[in-house]
Parts: sequence; C-alpha cells; structure tokens
Amino acid sequence: MSFFPHLLLALLEGTVAAAVLALSALGLSLVFGVMRIVNVAHGEFFMLGAMLAWWIAKMVPGGPLAGFLAALMLAPALVGLLAFATERLLLRRIGYDPEATIVATIGLMFVIQQLALSVFGADAKPVAAPFTYRIAFPWFGFSGYKLFVVAASVALLLGAWWVLARTRFGLIMRVTQFDRETATAFGIPVNQVYAAVFVIGAALVAVSAVLIVPIQQAHYLMGLDPLLMSFIVVIIGGLGSIRGSVLAALIIGLADGVISMFFTPTLASIIATLAVALVLVVRPQGLFGVPAR
Amino acid sequence: MTDTRLIVPEKKRISRRSALKLAGTGAASLMGGLAAGPGFVRYAQAQSSEPIRVGFQVHRTGIGAAYGRWYEQTTNAAVKLINEQGGINGRQIEIIAEDDATDPGRGAEVVEKFATQHKCDVAFGTLFSHVVMGSAPRAGELKLPYYVVSEGHHVASGALNRYTFQPGITDVKSQVISMAPWIAKNVGKKVAMIFPDFAFGYDHRDYFSAAIKAQGGEVNALIPIPPTETSFTRYFPQIPADTEVIYHVMVGPAVLTFVKELGEHFGSQHPPLFGFIDSLEAVDLKSPGLEFLEGSYLWEAYPRFAGASPTAADTFYRGKVGVDANGASVADPADISTYSHMFGCWETLYIIKQAMEAAGYQGAGDKAKLIEATEAITTIPEGNEHPQGDKIFNGKIHQSFGHQNITQVKNGVGEVVYRTTIEEGLYEPEADYTKMPL
Repeated sequence: MSFFPHLLLALLEGTVAAAVLALSALGLSLVFGVMRIVNVAHGEFFMLGAMLAWWIAKMVPGGPLAGFLAALMLAPALVGLLAFATERLLLRRIGYDPEATIVATIGLMFVIQQLALSVFGADAKPVAAPFTYRIAFPWFGFSGYKLFVVAASVALLLGAWWVLARTRFGLIMRVTQFDRETATAFGIPVNQVYAAVFVIGAALVAVSAVLIVPIQQAHYLMGLDPLLMSFIVVIIGGLGSIRGSVLAALIIGLADGVISMFFTPTLASIIATLAVALVLVVRPQGLFGVPAR
Repeated sequence: MTDTRLIVPEKKRISRRSALKLAGTGAASLMGGLAAGPGFVRYAQAQSSEPIRVGFQVHRTGIGAAYGRWYEQTTNAAVKLINEQGGINGRQIEIIAEDDATDPGRGAEVVEKFATQHKCDVAFGTLFSHVVMGSAPRAGELKLPYYVVSEGHHVASGALNRYTFQPGITDVKSQVISMAPWIAKNVGKKVAMIFPDFAFGYDHRDYFSAAIKAQGGEVNALIPIPPTETSFTRYFPQIPADTEVIYHVMVGPAVLTFVKELGEHFGSQHPPLFGFIDSLEAVDLKSPGLEFLEGSYLWEAYPRFAGASPTAADTFYRGKVGVDANGASVADPADISTYSHMFGCWETLYIIKQAMEAAGYQGAGDKAKLIEATEAITTIPEGNEHPQGDKIFNGKIHQSFGHQNITQVKNGVGEVVYRTTIEEGLYEPEADYTKMPL
C-alpha cells in the first residue's frame, strides 16, 4: 500500500480508536471528576453492558437493528441499576473514602467478572451490527458501522457537555465537584448528587459498550482494556474535564492509529503510557484539570 | 464524611462473637466431614479396583475457553464410553479436571496439583502451546506422564522431556510441510503470513517459511499478532500488494472479529486465502460478514462438515460427542464445535488406554512401564477409537503423524478437496526421548 492510502487508513483507524476511548472514558471522567473517587470496576460496567447487549440482542426477535435498539435502552438501565446498588450498599457505607473505594471496587471488579463468567460462559459472544455497510475506497474497504460509532460518540459527548454546562443539574454537579462542603451548606443534597453521578457514569459506559461491542465481541475479560485506557485518558485530560478527556482521547487515539500502523501496536501502547507518566510529572492536574486545592 | 446512617439495622449486624461462633461451627463440621466423609473412605477391596485418575488440564477460562469447553465435552464422552466398555485393565477412569486459565504459570501449578494433591496416574488434555511449554517441565520433574493435545512442534522438537507425549494430534511442522506443496501448486507462491505472536505461531512461521521455500515459493510478509488483540485492521496494510496467498492462522476469542475485518478491508478483491481452521474454530462459517470466505481454502485436521459420505467411525464419534453433521452441537445448532482439534482428546484417551493395557498398568509404580509402552506404539488404525484416521506414532519423538485435509468453502459449507497421505507430513526426527533416563 502506498503512503497516502496507508495514512488515510491510519487516520480512520485512529479516529475510531479516539471515539472508542472518549466513549469509554466519559463515564469515568464524570465519576472521577465529581466524586473524586477511583472506580476500578468501571471496566466491568463496560463488559456488563456488552454482555447484556449480546444477551438482549439474542432475546429480541426482528433482526440486528431491533436487538441493537433494545440493547441500547435496556443495557444502560440494568447497569445503572447495579451502579445504584453499588453506590448505596458499598460506596456510601465506606463514606466515599478514596483508598477504601479503590479496594472495594477492586473486589467488585472480580465479583462482576466471575459472575459474568459463570452466567454467560467464557466464550466470546459476537453481536451483529445494526447495519452492515462497507465503504469501498479504491485501495481498501472500511466498515461503515465504525464511522457510525464515531458519529454517535461525538453526539454523546456533545450531549454530556450540554448537560454539564447548560442545565441546572449540570450546575449542581459542577458545584458539588468544586466544593462539597459549601454545596452542602447551600442545601444541595450531595449524597443524591453522588448517587446520580455514579449511576449516570455507569449507564454512559454501558451505552458505549453497546455501541462498541459490534466491532469487538463480548467477552468476560474485555473490561481491562477500557479501564486502563480510560484512566490514561482521564489522567492526561485532567480530572473531571470532559473537554480534556476528549482532547486526550483524540491525541491518544490518533497517535495509536498512526503509530501502530506505521510502526507496531506495542510501540503505540508504550508511547501512551509514557505520555501519562510525562503528564503526571510535568502537569499533574492534566491538560485541562484544576490543581487540587 | 459525617453521614453515619446504616443500611443494615444495628442488631442485625454481625458481632465479632457471633462471627467466631459461626466460624467455629463451620470448622468443626468441616473436620467431621473430612474424617467421616466419602473422600476418606478407603477402597475395601484390593487397590486394583480404584479408578485410574486422569488429571485433565483444561482451558475453562482465558483465551482458550472456546476450545476448553469442547475439549471437556469430548473427553467426558470418551471416558463415559471407555468406562461402559469396562474401563482400563478392569478399572474405571476418573477425570479430575482443573482449569489452567490458559496461563502457563497456572498450568505448571495445575500439573503439580495433579501429581501431589490428586495423586493422578497421568495428566492430559492441554491445548495452548505456551501452557504446554510452561507445564511440561514440571510434569517431567514430577515424573508424571503428560499427554498433550496441542499441535505445537515443541514435543517433537526434543525441547521437552521423556514424560511428555502428543499421540492424539499431529504437530504444526508436519501439518505445514504437507500443505506447502499443494498451496504452491494450486494457490500461489508469494505468501503473506498472519499468525499469533507466541510459540504456536512461531512454529507456523518457521516451518511454513522453510516448506514453501522448498517449493520455490517465498514468504513476502510476516505479520505476528498478539493473542489478546481485539482490533486487526491496523495490521492489514503490512500485506504487500503482490501477495498471491494470504495465509492466516489465528486463535483466541477475537478470531471472528479478525476474519470480519479481513473481509471489510479486502472486500471481494482479495488475494486467495489459505487459512488454518484455527482462525474459524467455534465460528459459524455462515456468520454475517464472512461471505468473503467463499471459495477460500482451509486446513482442517478433521473436517467439520461430515459431507456426503462420512465414515462409520465419524458418524459414531459425532453421535457420542453430541455434534451434528455440520460440526455444531446437537443441542444448539448455533454452537459450533472446535471439531478439528477436540478429536485429539478422544484419540489420546484411547492411546492412554492402549498403553496402560500393554504395560499391565497397576498404579504409580508402573509409570516407567507406561512411558515405555507408549513409546512402543507404532501404527494406529482408523476406527471408532481413532475416527480422524489412521496414524503413525514415532516413539522417539513422542509424536503422531496423520492425514491432513484441505477444505474449500462452498456456499458457506466446507468441502474436502484434498486429503494428504501420512507420508506427505513426515520429517526426519530431530530428537530421541527414549535415550533420556526415566
């Protein structure tokens, strides 16, 4: 393949990688930002979303599109329900203590993983895309559905930004993020905000899982990658900054696409990890983050 | 955090005292159970009525899970049949299955458990080559006969030890040298290879490269892919434009994504494909997105589709394992088996039976005799015990040699277009395990 088509494919792959990253990091960024806790089970919420998408698509008659739409509505709701239970029975009881939360959610991660293994089995589950369209370039073909994922990712990110920046609920979230005690003093029910944010974060990652699973496959170990990559994106982007997360996802995604295609995927991973280390050393608050007060 | 509201009322919370009491009761009943339970009942008769304990190292989880499930189903079917027919030397077989998570480190631990904790007579059943490489040295140290069903060339290469055998399935080196002449003659001579980035893939890389060169062909690109990869499009630009054959052999949970992305990338205008069925094991050839496989060639050890005239042994074997004529589960036609690999478990168990009977195997003291009896096997006839076909066993390198099949995909169904002779897959032995001390 000559240089131009090669670069085009690299950029396409990179854009898809960026969209996937931004999608899976969005929920984490929200939770990390507002609640200042690290949810290690984030990747398992993603996996659960994908597994449920497979299960729902299998149950719903009427072809891949009907299954996809049903999964898009039901999977986030179910994952959100689990997140609600987690928040009530686990996080609230340990008082959102950052260290305890890490340990508790590591435990939760294993519980969800092993439950998925015993309920759904260890095989990879294919989920049919709602539509199949192959864009035929003169040099190679590319999946139309992958570009749909990019578009859906842009729409979701814009939606999240709009809610945060332009609605009353967004304002409450930002206030809670800014100063929890002052927010309490002004009569904001911080505990309820926390519950809502945690549930929304989990539902968002489930939505992204439903979108992404047709280009991968549902598998009980699939949560690890989104977890690691989400952390990389959130750390580089800055805590709680959706703008930062998107930019970080774009940088890492495109770099991953181009480097892994012209060099090797391993090198791309090395560079992404190095970037995190560099950001932590040079600018610990991330690209758009506010330094901790 | 000042909110101390409790979800569980105070009186229902477990106090330290009640917890201790509970634990104490549990421990007491556990010990009572151990002393009196069925696990500690000694066999009242002579030792020879005790079952033969076969440690089954199975990939229940991890990247080999799809294979593991079918290896287990095949193994259970074979054991049931052998036991119904009177067992081995009048003793029943007992399978002790342990999950190795398709992980080499865990694999070695499992082998150790078989030897020291379960007191197994033999260990058996490992597929993924990196797990075999991780486990076999431990089996050798513990002097536990270890029968793998892996395809890797590591057994025959002499890299392992006297206690490790591969009698039920052929190795990659034999498979690829029997395929190369046919590929060079019928498909093309400039081959781009896509293979997994670990021991099994390296066997393909090394032995196929040499074999195609011997046919006047060449490998024009080597594309290793990490076994846990989930996205493959980024690797395809490495396939040169003048490629005449794309040779693919992939394993792991993402194989369907791999073939789909290959189809998206190339569409209908792709170089001819020659794939190892590994890339499509447990995958329905009629899955959406796989239409481009039409007309492509696949290596199969044992053809998934029974075809118009299956052998009596094949029909018998399918019936016992619970697989239909399309290679799918009888219970669920969408559940595709790993047909080209799992027969190895069936055949290996019959080899263990044959060797134990020849050795007059009575117990752990006869392990050396069992090793020698296995090494003494030469020809393996086709039949219900060996439904894949007849084989030759080379006791020096602990490896069997058999027929290979080339299948073409026609209307989403595999049809055998060529079946090799055993001789086409033979090579000069590189080692002699029989000279190693027992």
